[in-house]
Amino acid sequence: MSETPALELRHISKRFGSVIANHDVSMSVRKGEILSVLGENGSGKTTLMNMIAGIYYPDDGQILINGSEVVIRSPKDAYEHKIGMIHQHFKLVEVFTATENIVLGLRDKGRIDLKKAAENIREISGKYGFDIDPDKKIYQMSVSEKQTVEIIKVLYRGADILILDEPTAVLTPQETQKLFAVLRRMRDDGKAIIIITHKLHEVLSLSDRVSVLRKGEHIATVVTAETSESALTEMMVGKKISLNINRSEPKNLTERLMVKNINCSSREGVKLLDNVSFTARSGEILGIAGIAGSGQRELLESIAGLQHLDSGEILYLDPKTGKEENLRDKTPLQIREMGVRLSFVPEDRLGMGLVGNMDIADNMMLRSYRRGKSIFLEKKQPRTLAEEIIKQLEVVTPGVSTPVRRLSGGNVQKVLVGREIASSPSVLMAAYPVRGLDINSSYLIYKLLNEQKENGVAVIFVGEDLDVLLELCDRIMVIGSGKITGIVDARGATKEEIGLLMTKTEGGEMYA
Amino acid sequence: MLETLALVIQRAVVQGIPLLYGSTGEIITEKSGNLNLGIPGIMYVGGISGVIGAFFYERSTENPSSVLLVLIPLLASLLGSGLMALIYSFLTITLRANQNVTGLTLTIFGTGFGNFFGGSMAQLFGEGGSIALTKTSLAFQTSLPFAEKLGAVGTIFFSYGFLAYLAIIIALVASYVLKKTRVGLQLRAVGENPATADAAGINVTRYKYAATIIGGAIAGLGGLYFVMDYTSGVWTNGGFGDRGWLAIALVIFALWKPNVSILGSILFGGLYVIYLFIPNLARSTQELFKMLPYVVTIIVLIVVSMRKKREYQPPEHLGLSYFREER
Repeated sequence: MSETPALELRHISKRFGSVIANHDVSMSVRKGEILSVLGENGSGKTTLMNMIAGIYYPDDGQILINGSEVVIRSPKDAYEHKIGMIHQHFKLVEVFTATENIVLGLRDKGRIDLKKAAENIREISGKYGFDIDPDKKIYQMSVSEKQTVEIIKVLYRGADILILDEPTAVLTPQETQKLFAVLRRMRDDGKAIIIITHKLHEVLSLSDRVSVLRKGEHIATVVTAETSESALTEMMVGKKISLNINRSEPKNLTERLMVKNINCSSREGVKLLDNVSFTARSGEILGIAGIAGSGQRELLESIAGLQHLDSGEILYLDPKTGKEENLRDKTPLQIREMGVRLSFVPEDRLGMGLVGNMDIADNMMLRSYRRGKSIFLEKKQPRTLAEEIIKQLEVVTPGVSTPVRRLSGGNVQKVLVGREIASSPSVLMAAYPVRGLDINSSYLIYKLLNEQKENGVAVIFVGEDLDVLLELCDRIMVIGSGKITGIVDARGATKEEIGLLMTKTEGGEMYA
Repeated sequence: MLETLALVIQRAVVQGIPLLYGSTGEIITEKSGNLNLGIPGIMYVGGISGVIGAFFYERSTENPSSVLLVLIPLLASLLGSGLMALIYSFLTITLRANQNVTGLTLTIFGTGFGNFFGGSMAQLFGEGGSIALTKTSLAFQTSLPFAEKLGAVGTIFFSYGFLAYLAIIIALVASYVLKKTRVGLQLRAVGENPATADAAGINVTRYKYAATIIGGAIAGLGGLYFVMDYTSGVWTNGGFGDRGWLAIALVIFALWKPNVSILGSILFGGLYVIYLFIPNLARSTQELFKMLPYVVTIIVLIVVSMRKKREYQPPEHLGLSYFREER
């Protein structure tokens, strides 16, 4: 093609110490085109994009914009070359308004004319179809609104090349569709758009071309229309893998955990859980879907004994004795001492699940330290367990004595899930267990959850990818602003149906 | 009665001014994300640097000009406290040392520095074990000539040396800059979320250095005001007391707003000396009264944390160092 690309990378390499993040990567994006950059976690997608955005500086190689070589040493340089990046973790100041965030860092001197800026923002919003209140503070915004602010921020600076790092990871299907519509409008407006993602169906529906990265290297760039999901996976992983979750029919369903009309509210008096009732049965996976922050966390934490309830009860049916125990307002320790085998994989792995500065063996001990008989720690058993987990789950680590925080996200998660499963639970709760994991690790986690289900464990799985929820779970419970808006059979439900329930506010009963 | 009330207010203001300097300086520093606990030490250094400058100028000439009598200690003080803040900045921003440890060390150092040089100078040159910078102090204490004729109004509003008015002007200007200007917005962004500020093209390191040094220099003026105006040019070892800590408490009381700090400093100053105006207090009861400003701060902390409004919270990244490539 004769047209010069808007942005071209030639032989880019970047090293962090001894780790090679990118090696000899070349790719390009044209005006009026959406390019997907596809790759597993740790394949160097984000690093590569950060070099274009000026966060990192390449060790080797050239960056060309409209055919001429440029040097990008800082985000400021990137803006000057009309490059704007929307990061996965939003870079917004929480106590500022949308307008203040958008004008932050602009060069004009003296007093800020926030009124005029807000007007400009409304103009841009109108042009591309955004829905935003410029005077709203960021901490009062939903995730999707925050993302909109980020996009307007780069457009406000006149960016012609937009880079989006996993923009849909936190959005509902409806919000994703809205975002895609906006991106298509920007493409038609002549902007060059790069979108990083690892969701294949998004790649196929949105982009014009796809560049695939693997282990820091560029594998291929293909025209989206001429490729398929399986071909892309193969390029991404390097081998053929099946993307099927083996869901078995649930067997011996017995009621294990009955949650009855629980209510809880935050310190400010906002209702977090509103009259939530459901039953989790052994031998099935109960999925929980909902927009992030709709009460999923509070729900799991109240079962785990970490959240004070205003009213309601949580009944646990002991599989051995058949006795009913009320878990309400018990501490995690009391729950354990009652003989309730409850495992919890919280969403905040290094905050609540593991201690980042301790090694794998010591982290195992967090669950078993009470078993010791003498005043000295029993170190042998946790160490054996750690070694077992490393072997069975293929945790990539220099050894058992490596601090957990030095492991990559996927490996941290394997350690945590491994530990929780090792305690042979009868109820296993997992919140976003595959967040940030690559395809291989994700499917390993799904397999582990399925195994637990087949062993007669009641599994509660909070997920964000509706495709996965539909494939993995037996029933899906949808939660919206602290209320259960419906429980559907995963085998018959559609994504749209669940998406609708997620945004619904009035609780309609839809039991399967 | 009116006269007494005017006097109480006047004493409160005089007590409040060093606190106002300290808290304004600390607010500017904290807005950049640096929790400078070296402020008490910096205020000591600001005071003693002024004393050293004034002392050598007074000794060097028979007929000192009143302009230089003000200018030399002022510059010496700014230089001394600015240097202290520079040490803090270098350690915490460039070398990313722990801010609390660095700050506390500087406070110990600054207090010792002040006492060492103050004590030595009194030993070497002083008459009767202390030095009195009478001429300099007179220049600093000059108030408007018509103040005395205005009775209570004069006492409350016009009876102070120029540094008192400067403190209020600086606080107002700081408030305006923080709230209304681009520089202020960017500084607040650095303290709230340096990664965001960095990605927006703001030079985080430069903002942190500038805010910390300017903040330190402003705080140092509080020490200068204390020696030159409040104690009439007489340096006493340890005389400045715990006013530096009170200034840091005032930052919390004022919810990181310099204009609120103006009223807060007068209130704190009043609470600090209220025992002098209550008759028949025993020594031990006096000490209880001196606790009042701290008690008020604790109450404010409790009230604020109960309200939990985001705007009343300290800058989000306060006390943490920033490193771009950290992941």
